[in-house]
Parts: sequence; structure tokens; C-alpha cells
Amino acid sequence: MSSAPSALPSSAHLHLAVALDGAGWHPSAWREPVARPRELFTAGYWADLVAEAERGLLDFVTFEDGLGLQSSHFIEPDGRTDQVRGRLDAVLVAARVAPLTRHIGLVPTVVATHTEPFHISKAIATLDYVSSGRAGLRVQLTARQNEAAHFGRRTLPRLDAYDSPATQDVVTELFDETADYVEVVRRLWDSWEDDAEIRDVTTGRFVDRDKLHYIDFEGPRFSVKGPSITPRPPQGQPVVSALAHQTVPYRLVARATDIGYVTPHDTDHARAIVAEIRAEQALAGRADQPLHVFGDLVVFLDDDPAAAAARRDRLDALAGEPFTSDARVFTGTPAQLADLLQELWSAGLSGFRLRPAVLGHDLPAITQGLVPELQRRGAFRRAYEADTLRGLLGLTRPPNRYATGAAAANANAAANATA
Amino acid sequence: MSKPLKQIHLAAHFPGVNNTTVWSAPEAGSHIEFSSFAHFARTAERAKFDFLFLAEGLRLREQGGKIYDLDVVGRPDTFTVLTALAAVTQHLGLTGTINSTFNEPYEVARQFASLDHLSDGRAAWNVVTSWDAFTGENFRRGGFLPQDERYSRAKEFLATANELFDSWHGDEIIADQDTGTFLRDAKAGAFVHQGRHFDIEGQFNVPRSPQGRPVIFQAGDSEEGREFAAAGADAIFSRYATLKDGQAFYTDVKGRLARYGRTPDQLLILPAATFVLGDTDAEAEELAREVRRQQVSGATAIKHLEFVWNRDLSAYDPDGPLPDIDPDLGEHTVARGRAQVRMYRDPLATAREWRERAAANNWSIRDLVIETGNRQAFVGSPATVAATIDDFVQADASDGFILVPHITPGGLDAFADTVVPLLQERGVFRTEYEGTTLRDHLGLAHPDSRTSADADVDAADDIGERGERVAS
Ligand SMILES: Cc1cc2nc3c(=O)[nH]c(=O)nc-3n(C[C@H](O)[C@H](O)[C@H](O)COP(=O)(O)O)c2cc1C
Repeated sequence: MSSAPSALPSSAHLHLAVALDGAGWHPSAWREPVARPRELFTAGYWADLVAEAERGLLDFVTFEDGLGLQSSHFIEPDGRTDQVRGRLDAVLVAARVAPLTRHIGLVPTVVATHTEPFHISKAIATLDYVSSGRAGLRVQLTARQNEAAHFGRRTLPRLDAYDSPATQDVVTELFDETADYVEVVRRLWDSWEDDAEIRDVTTGRFVDRDKLHYIDFEGPRFSVKGPSITPRPPQGQPVVSALAHQTVPYRLVARATDIGYVTPHDTDHARAIVAEIRAEQALAGRADQPLHVFGDLVVFLDDDPAAAAARRDRLDALAGEPFTSDARVFTGTPAQLADLLQELWSAGLSGFRLRPAVLGHDLPAITQGLVPELQRRGAFRRAYEADTLRGLLGLTRPPNRYATGAAAANANAAANATA
Repeated sequence: MSKPLKQIHLAAHFPGVNNTTVWSAPEAGSHIEFSSFAHFARTAERAKFDFLFLAEGLRLREQGGKIYDLDVVGRPDTFTVLTALAAVTQHLGLTGTINSTFNEPYEVARQFASLDHLSDGRAAWNVVTSWDAFTGENFRRGGFLPQDERYSRAKEFLATANELFDSWHGDEIIADQDTGTFLRDAKAGAFVHQGRHFDIEGQFNVPRSPQGRPVIFQAGDSEEGREFAAAGADAIFSRYATLKDGQAFYTDVKGRLARYGRTPDQLLILPAATFVLGDTDAEAEELAREVRRQQVSGATAIKHLEFVWNRDLSAYDPDGPLPDIDPDLGEHTVARGRAQVRMYRDPLATAREWRERAAANNWSIRDLVIETGNRQAFVGSPATVAATIDDFVQADASDGFILVPHITPGGLDAFADTVVPLLQERGVFRTEYEGTTLRDHLGLAHPDSRTSADADVDAADDIGERGERVAS
């Protein structure tokens, strides 16, 4: 058995994902000539981006989402007209590109605060079917009052600053609710055993009802009966992920996810974050379960470092202010980025989710610059080694928590022994 | 003198949870793998069908307190699978059944607007109103409604969704890279809705989609359901596929439109219809008998009787006579999560009629269920089936049909290859798609965002119960 601090699926390679959002993560990205701002609401735009990511052998892409217009303000709409506003439902964008791709993982953002875990569970299960085992989800919550008003089912207090105690209280409660949400989603994925469909002609039974399970979830915010209407998805459990910056969200990552995205600013910071998440994981009783920690970075990449810096300055000038982010902003060459990633990797991260500043520019720079560089160093795959997202991440297909049969008991025992 | 030939609309229903799919047949494939849906959709598109249709149920059915295990069980998420199908088809409309009780307008409007963008204008929404507490146990609102409020919420839900769709007019995205103006107007998507069921405001975050709004279907059969359809739907998914019943339904519903300032061609009536094809009519009849026996096993027949009797009838012999006890008239507790049980609005009368028919024909329980449950609308050679469909449509029994094959996913192939060409020869079915959107296929106008929401509200005011549109 492995010990708690190394609950990282070991890999000779680092993992790489790309976060897709609008025209890119810089608010002026859409003004670059390579951007296709009029096409942001077409399938072709997203299909092209994901195809490029797949050509670069990336583990997966994430799709950002939200239940209101994008805003530069942390808690309110900003009324701006000079940045990309409006977006399509991320789960559906992922579903639309799934049949056009073969290997890359597809991880849409899902907002837990106002949606139904029953609906989301079957949506992600279905994404797993339409992609033959490449689905994940990135769970997010929202404390925005304007988004709550879009649903009208609950009111949230007005928050002032990120770090105020009032904000912390609200956010802590929303995170607890989100953990329940993920628990419901996961139970629903397991609510059908893998071999529940029997098509037994002799008895006339299509399913074995003993292999369908009520999940009977009861929590302070909601209760859900189950089972799902959708059979267990190909991966058993699609990959669950969340972005986290602080202790409370680290706790969600530790309790409920397969991947946490974190925002280290240097190697020591990365080491400290990983240690905190591992400690939370142990507290949650999941110390021996695989949990990836990915570092998030915004990237401006050019073959000449001065060109990258100049591009960032040009975009900042268009925006009227310097670009800042929760994540470290990297400006430089693919080789310099490879150096940085390898160093951060050594601090216990298992991979990175890169946020291209300008998708049309920095995504190809990742796939055609960074990836070959990492491959030369023996730090990244040269071909897809698996057909499922769990496979790419070194995660086994989990046994079903409700499984009753003898085969299931054996599988559960084997999984526990090797975990 | 004679009326011009009506053009037939055809759609394909991928059967979900159901008791008609012959899942034991050797050629029966998966009803859940995407390859099945892709095959089905490609066949429908090859045949130039108007759209593919998916039903929905949000809780697994139970009978006698246990999950019902004799039918096809399980289905994918509607939005997700339809959007994936948009990637493997180019013209086929994509119609999803989405319930108005267990959802919220902002989210559903986002999903339909997204599907419409991602399919270049092929989305349709079959608004259903199942309301029960049994299904509600899967949702956080604990959400369910008294039965008489289902259409009150549905009407307000649809009105609200339309306000959201219309909150963008289609000209807001400028995306001028030189001037730096992305949006024409900071208030794009602004909405306020205050009503009985929804009190919401803010900004919708999906720009106007190619069709403006999805095509709206309705599938309830009550008086309120028919009014709901007359007031605001583009099409009805009905259950009346025979000539006489179809004509009665058609006359009734089309007759309701004038009250809402609408013309008969603004609401298409499309019944669900099954079919069995053979080289000859006789061969098809023989095959149809076999299919029916496969669909209704002895065990299934008993269960079906329980929908009416509302009692445990497991002690009865399916090959024996009908029970002489009467149905239990209390709240229906034996079968849960089924729309069918609501079909039998007078169980005593149904039981009496069934007993008389069975006695008169010397039918066993199973024989009776096979006969009464027979929903094979079209049985015959391709020539017979093509002629019958055409006759029904020209005689105003419907505007076309939503075909439900009994084999998944290949059950549509023969229809596409043999019946469709005959309909095309008759000049009553398209040989090529003339447009690209589902509205084009159905001959429906594209809604105008700047006028249509108000018109809808006026129409709805006639029947009350609609949330008031405050301002925007
Ligand atoms: C032909 C037909 C198909 C239906 N399909 C569905 C369905 O797929 N999912 C669902 O929840 N309800 C379905 N319904 C139920 C209705 O939409 C409606 O919610 C229910 O019948 C109650 O309304 P009513 O009393 O007006 O019939 C269907 C009804 C009919 C007549």
C-alpha cells in the first residue's frame, strides 16, 4: 500500500490540459487577428480548437462556463461592451465536439449552485457515452447575486471583498453544498451496476432490478432518490475536477474530486499547496486514493521572449490596464515554459492546465512548440496510450460502490488491494 | 376543384424506455451506445426526414413497489445526445422532450439556444408537463405540482423561455476588432419576469440563435393540453394514428387556433406511429402478429392489466380469462411513473369493456392486451404503407407521422429504402432538403424577436394563468 503523501498516480510524463474560454484568457484576446470573434457561437470554432489540442496529444481540454454574462468584476456584472460577452452551454459544446475527436478528454464546467445534480449526472454520463469514455466535469459554484436572480429560487447576500469573513461564510456553505452535489452525481453514476442490462429472454427481463440502486441521498440542501435514468457510463466514474485557491476549496478537491486545479506562484508555493491538499485528503479518509493536482498558468508564448512580452503589452494597452490573474502569468518561449513546468512538476504536481492568453496563437504554440520540447526531454507522451480520459490520467476504472454480485466483490477487493 | 396535395412531414422517434422495442430480436442493438443514435439519425437524414424525436422520463418506472424490469429501461440525457447528433448530421431537426415541472426556464432556455447554435438552427422542444411527486423525489425542489397546476407552470415556463430567447435580437454582437466594440449594447439579453411561478431578472447569456427560438412541440392530451398547444405550439406529438381518431383530433385542435389569432398551418399535427413492412401485405400481417407476441409476453400482459386494475394481479394466468374483480379506484399505487395509467380515466368502464370484448372473442388476458395495446399503425408492403400514409395525410388525419420502429437502431432502414421513394414518386415528400433549419423543413416562419414575445403574452391572456411581462 502506498502512503498518504504519494497518493499521486505515478507517471513518467507530466500531464497537460488546456482551458478553453472565449477567444482566450486575456480580455483583449478577441482583437488579435488570429481570433475569430464572430465565430465564438459556432460549432466549427470549438471543433477546430479541440482538434488542435488533440493533435498536440493533450490529456484534456476544459470548457469554461457561467450562468450569467462574463464580468471583470469579481461578484457583479460590469456592463462592459469591449470584451467577449455571452457563451454557449459548456456541456453541449463538449458533446458537439465529442464525435469529431477520438482520444482527448472533454471536461466542461458545470455550475452546481443553481442546477440539478440529477440532470447533470445524466448529462455527463451521456457525454461519456458520446465520447466513448472521455468525459469529465469541472464543478464550480457561484455566489453572484445576479446569477441567483436568474433562477429566483434563493437569495444570496451581497458580498464585498474576496477575503471578508462574510464572504468566507457564504462560500464555505456553497462549497459544502457543492460537495453534496458531487456526491449525488457520483452515486447516480453508480446507481446502475455495469451488468444491470441482462436482456434475459427466458424470464422476459430487460434489466436485473437487483442491480439498480436507489441512492437515497439526504442533505441539508436537497435530497435525491435515484436511480439514474442513464446506465453507468463507460468510465464508471467520469473524471471530476475543481479549481481551488484556498483551504475551503482545497477541502472540496480533497473530498470529492479526481483533479484539483491550483494556482502556485513558485515551486515552494506548489509544494505547500500539495501538502495541504494531501493533508485534507487524509482527513477525508481518501489518503490512498489517486488525486491529481494540476497547476494552472496563463501563457503568452512566442519563439522570441521579447515578442511574447510585446504581445502582452499590446493587449494590455488595448484593454487599458495590465493583465492580472489568479494564476501565475507566464510570458516567454516554449522552452522556457518547459523549464518552469518541469521545476513545478518536481514539487509534487502531476500536470498543468494551461490557459492560453490568445487561443488562436497560444494554443498552437503549446501543441507545436511546448509539446515537442517536452517530448524531446522525455517529459511528455509521443502517442496517446489510452482511449479513455481515466486511462490517460493513470486512473483505473473504479468498482461500483453498490455492486452486489460475486464478480463485483472480487473487483472491489482487487481495487482496494492495489490502491 | 381538388385540393392541392399536402406535403407529408416525417420524423423518426428513437424509442426510449418503452414496451414496444423487440429487444430480444437478434438484430436488436444497443439503445444507449452513441453508435445506435448515430446510425438512426443518419438513416433518418438519408431519407430526408424532418427531424429525430426523443421522449423523456425522469424516474425509472415502478410496479408493485419495484423497478419495472420487463421493458427497455434507461436512456441518455436528451440535450447531450441531441447535440452530439448535430455533429454527425447536417439537416435533420433535433427534437427533445423536456419537462417544464422539473426544470428552470433560464437553464432550459440556455440549453435550447445552445443546441440551436451548435446545430445551425435545428432545435425543437417538446414541452411536457408530468408533475408527480414520484418523479419529484429526484429533484432538489422536491419539486412537484398539484395536477391542475401543471399547465399553469408550463405556460409561464414557455412564456419566460420565449422572453429569454427574445432578449437578444440578433444584431448585438459587433466584434469589431479595430474599434474594440464587442457588444453593441451593455444591456443585451436583459429581462424581467414576474409571475406566479417565476420571479426572475437579469441578462440572458446566449446570443440569439439561428432559429431565434426552438420549434415548440406539445404532447399532452387533456383539454388544457390542447389549449396550450393551440395558444403557442408549432406542432403536436399526438397519440391518434388511426384514420378516424386522427381526423377527430385534427379537427378539434385545428379548430382551436382561430381564438388565438392563428391559422391552421401554424400548428402541425404529428402522431406517433409504428409500422411493420413485408414483401407482401400478407407477409407483413404475419410478421406483425409475431412482433406483437414478442412485445407482449404473458408477464407483460398481467402488468399491463394492473395499469387499469390498480391491483396486484400476479396470481392470474395470462392465458386464462380476465379477472372478475373490479379495479381499485383509489389513488393509483401499483404502477408509478407511467403516463399510460392516466389514459384510463374511467377504469371501471375500461375493465367492463375489456371483459366484454375478451368474452365475445374468447380471448385470454394476453390476447386481449395484444389486441387493445396494438399500436401498429401501418402494416403492409411498402406500396400499401406509402399509400395509406398518403391517404391519411390527404384526409387530414394528420400532417405527417413520427415513426417509432420496434428495432433499435436498424428499424428505420427498410422504411427509408422502400417507403420513402414511393412517397417521393407520389410527389408528397421532399427529395432534397430545401432549407437548412427545422423551421424550413416544417414550413414555419422564423419568429421576430422584437414583436413576438408580446404577441404571445396577449394570446395567453385569453386563457389566463400566464406570468405578467413587466418590462425590459
Ligand atoms: C403522445 C404523447 C407522448 C408523451 N410523451 C411524454 C414524454 O416523453 N415524457 C413525459 O414526461 N411526458 C410525456 N407525455 C405526457 C404529456 O406531455 C403530459 O405531461 C401529460 O400527458 C399530462 O398532460 P395531459 O393531462 O394534458 O395529457 C406524452 C403524452 C402524449 C399524449
